[in-house]
Amino acid sequence: MRQVYMDYSATTPVKKEVLDEMVPFFTEHYGNPSSLYTIGQESKEAISKARQRVASLIGADEKEIFFTACGTESDNWALFGVTDVKKKKGNHIITTKIEHHAILHSCQFLEKHGFDVTYLDIDDQGFVDPEELKAAITDQTIMVSIMMVNNEIGTIEPIKELVKVTKEKNKDIIFHTDAVQGLGNVPIDVKDLGVDLMSMSAHKIYGPKGTGALYVRRGVRLSNYIHGGAQENKHRAGTENLAGIVGFGKAAEIAEQTLDEHIKHSSSLRDYFVQQVLEKIPDTYVNGTMEKRHPGNANITFKYIEGESILLLLDSKGIYVSTGSACSSASLTPSHVLTALGVPVEMIHGTVRFSIGDFTTKEDLDYVIGELTEIVKKLREISSVSEKKGW
Amino acid sequence: MAIYNDKVMDHFMNPRNVGEIENPDGIGTYGSPVCGDMMQITINVDDNDVITDAKFKTFGCGSAIASSSMATEMIIGKTVDEALAVTNNEIIDELGGLPAVKIHCSVLADHAIKCAIYDYAEKNGKTYKGLEGFDPDADDDDEEAGCDGPACGTGNE
Repeated sequence: MRQVYMDYSATTPVKKEVLDEMVPFFTEHYGNPSSLYTIGQESKEAISKARQRVASLIGADEKEIFFTACGTESDNWALFGVTDVKKKKGNHIITTKIEHHAILHSCQFLEKHGFDVTYLDIDDQGFVDPEELKAAITDQTIMVSIMMVNNEIGTIEPIKELVKVTKEKNKDIIFHTDAVQGLGNVPIDVKDLGVDLMSMSAHKIYGPKGTGALYVRRGVRLSNYIHGGAQENKHRAGTENLAGIVGFGKAAEIAEQTLDEHIKHSSSLRDYFVQQVLEKIPDTYVNGTMEKRHPGNANITFKYIEGESILLLLDSKGIYVSTGSACSSASLTPSHVLTALGVPVEMIHGTVRFSIGDFTTKEDLDYVIGELTEIVKKLREISSVSEKKGW
Repeated sequence: MAIYNDKVMDHFMNPRNVGEIENPDGIGTYGSPVCGDMMQITINVDDNDVITDAKFKTFGCGSAIASSSMATEMIIGKTVDEALAVTNNEIIDELGGLPAVKIHCSVLADHAIKCAIYDYAEKNGKTYKGLEGFDPDADDDDEEAGCDGPACGTGNE
């Protein structure tokens, strides 16, 4: 049976060139980067090379890149590290209703510890309004955290403008962006954006799972989050995930070299897929803007049927997708992102996220469109709701 | 596929008794699309009070469809009293188990059956011990208050 992976926003396969570069660091160059002898120092150099490559992808200096275990750790570190340093200056944080749970649940934790959090709305296209951000800033505001690209609906937020209004109001407010979905999918120049902190993850850009990074603009202070040894210039303790970091570096290098090609490939296939689905399957809607959107993201609602049923039947045909965000599959709570977008709850239940990447082909999509059309028809025949019956 | 066992998958992929009986003796719908699942069950009952046919239509996840399929299969051939005695745990057992977060799907199927029988009883002036204390208007469609127990309906409102 044909297998079609359409969940690149959940994770990506590791590219062969990436794996090839990683492998020797498990078996031959396994020295602890903290060790002073030759094979230890070779590991240290490999990490330095990876750091340069990640820095280059986002226009940063290598000293501004700190490796972590994942995007979630980077998000947690940013929030807890900044709020700890700035707690005497104020207790207000601004974020949005559509952040990843790594931000939202960390903010809820901070609320329990005396911080006030404002969760900004989005408009019906998925965008945060810079004017609303401006209006939400108070003299207690110490930090703003707004994601670069949404993981469910793919909206690319106007980060540069959001940074601008924040800094105009008070240049001491720290601006963090979760760029886990943005990295390798949109051009990023941290200097141009003006962000202070930025979270990244390797496994969304054809690198390995278990490696992330936090960009910390030179001069920005934040407390450590993981305490222990002197790794990462004394800012993030714990023996480095050497092979993982090497893989992240290689993935970043490839992402930088192929960014234009990647965006063109993904977005042209995505546009074809969306157009075909809307044309062939009635009562079907795309959520969020089609402008300024993650090149591989298609978030589609199929009216009168339920997303998990679609997912399972697609799975039986070798097609892998997610309902809303992968994290929500085991929970019955409707997606907070689609709720914020104003999608009616009964329609949220019928929503599937398809995400396209470097290995997706047009033939894959034609297969998916054919199977999807049949599956939606079958489930609508079973469904107790329909256009005729209404909800 | 690991989230459901083979039996659940079989009833989901090849559901039994899908559809709607024309002019049924009893019809019941339970759940709400807002809550992510809604079942409609139609039944025919003969003069000996035996359920001769049952069909379902379900908006919902894999386990909601599988539970509906299994529930209709379980009540066909049973008397109304026997059908009323079917519990959601028996539906789960027949399916070989459901994941913890999906237990409510079996409850939904159990309630949809009771709703259909309630409709049959109302129309025919019958009373059943198994319907004692059954309030079809319980938690009347209060979607704001949560998704635990929307009320019965005929699916035509």
